[in-house]
Amino acid sequence: MKYQSQKVAYAYFLAAMGLFAIQVLGGLMAGWIYIAPNTLSEILPFNVIRMIHTNALIVWLLLGFFGAAYYLVPEESEREIFSTRLAYIQLAILVVGTLGAVASYLVGIHGGREFLEQPLWVKFGILVAAVIFLVNVSITFLAGRKTAITNILLMGLWMLCLLWVFAFINPDNLSLDKMYWWFVVHLWVEATWELVMAAILGFLMLKLTGVDREVIEKWLYIIVATALFSGILGTGHHFYWIGTPGYWQWVGSIFSTFEVVPFFAMMSFAFLMVWKGRKNHPNKAALLWSLGSSTVAFFGAGVWGFLHTLHGVNYYTHGTQITAAHGHLSFYGAYVALNLAMFSYAMPILRNRAPYNQVLNMASFWLMTGGMAFMTFTLTFAGTIQTHMQRIVGDYYMDVQDQLGLFYIMRFGSGVAVVLGALLFIYSMLVVRREVVKPGPVAVPGE
Amino acid sequence: MSEILTKSRARNVFYGGSIFFVVVFVAMTTQSHHHIVARSTAGMPLTDEVRLGKHVWERNSCINCHTLHGEGAYFAPEVGNVMTRWGVSDDPDLAYEMLDGWMQAQPSGIEGRRQMPHFEITEEEMRGLAEFLRWADQTDTQNWPPNDAG
Repeated sequence: MKYQSQKVAYAYFLAAMGLFAIQVLGGLMAGWIYIAPNTLSEILPFNVIRMIHTNALIVWLLLGFFGAAYYLVPEESEREIFSTRLAYIQLAILVVGTLGAVASYLVGIHGGREFLEQPLWVKFGILVAAVIFLVNVSITFLAGRKTAITNILLMGLWMLCLLWVFAFINPDNLSLDKMYWWFVVHLWVEATWELVMAAILGFLMLKLTGVDREVIEKWLYIIVATALFSGILGTGHHFYWIGTPGYWQWVGSIFSTFEVVPFFAMMSFAFLMVWKGRKNHPNKAALLWSLGSSTVAFFGAGVWGFLHTLHGVNYYTHGTQITAAHGHLSFYGAYVALNLAMFSYAMPILRNRAPYNQVLNMASFWLMTGGMAFMTFTLTFAGTIQTHMQRIVGDYYMDVQDQLGLFYIMRFGSGVAVVLGALLFIYSMLVVRREVVKPGPVAVPGE
Repeated sequence: MSEILTKSRARNVFYGGSIFFVVVFVAMTTQSHHHIVARSTAGMPLTDEVRLGKHVWERNSCINCHTLHGEGAYFAPEVGNVMTRWGVSDDPDLAYEMLDGWMQAQPSGIEGRRQMPHFEITEEEMRGLAEFLRWADQTDTQNWPPNDAG
């Protein structure tokens, strides 16, 4: 750790991992209700559990991004963070807001726009926290060395915070409501978050592979250019059937097809950098998560996204388990795994205990990734059957669902693997210390 | 490639292109906004009853089990066309009676069956919810869903 203020990231990562545990346990419970629908149905209905599952996910990913920014901006800018105090205040607001939201959901106080169910005071809290963050990081950035990594990271974070304004805009007209809702949801995960992802991935590649900064930064600009060129008009793939004009079917189909490109580029970038850079960094777990993240993101966001993005296909698959399959694998690959890569890289340094035993961490990667892959396959098969029975044959929704029980049992099994993997990851971050595996020859000492 | 595409050129392409696509996107969504107001949702007036219904829909977080125009959770049936499926999309009173009857019967308590919770909803709110669902049903959604099953 070169700069003392980087320590702020530690608190962010701890809070993120706590919410990560809540998120996967909520998911497991939701998966169980698909098998045994009477479970808790009177006191904790499915919609409340799902809100906790999705909201905890979004907030912990954001905490991870904020933590990553506080970790890497000092190193890139070559100076301490403007104010560590502001950073801790920001974290406190976010944690109180999140716990407040969860408590509100449990007693039945919530909004009803998917993923934006937070009570108004929590939404304002998030806004205040975002402003504090932007001020704090931007001052640090402007005073120090400017690199492409921080440039892209800050651009992504600025835009995602600005788009949060649309969380407050809820027109009475349902179709307008839906259109502006996607300004937050789509333009976060398929545009601005991709900039954040690319920047963090670029930083990890710089540290782990030792490839020249010029090469990495040029790649980064190409990646984020393809991300925004495809992703902005790619929003059109959500505007097929919500009351928006018919031309979106062509615009959305064409541009969202190109959304595969940035994910393919990020995967190629990660592997190419590892091959080019001959640096043998001791943190193998961070490398595994980085490569795994870009690969699974390509399949989850790229391939599974393309699977149902063309409007002729989407007409039949829209809102089936196909969507659920894509949602799970893309979030896991692009954002969960990337955050865990950053945690794996930074935590040993923040805790001052590198090198350490990474076997459990790497085992958790395979457990979680295997579980998520299997979950995606089962949901894809379930969705294929659902699409045929419900959308082609015209059988009623619940009659179709009754036929999908086997897939939901298998999905629950894969969910158990993911939860075990997540808990194992957290354990490996916080507890494991001893280096029990003899390290191989190290060419260049790690940072 | 490294000769022609330098880092600063890549950066400029990124900035210039992104601004271009943002401008196009804003223009298209502005047109879409007008299309929604003037055409696709103009088949039925957006009354206070419909507004109340949307509020009821949101307060009870229906979206986290159901889908509405295909968006939401995938745990319970699509409701964007539920009034068509029930055959009551043209009759406000029948729509209210069907919806009220259905929701009063929940939760069914049947073992092994997905349970819809019981919601504390007044008669006025229930009428609003029925109107909101009728309003959503008449939206021009480019003929989605493919059939009444939703």
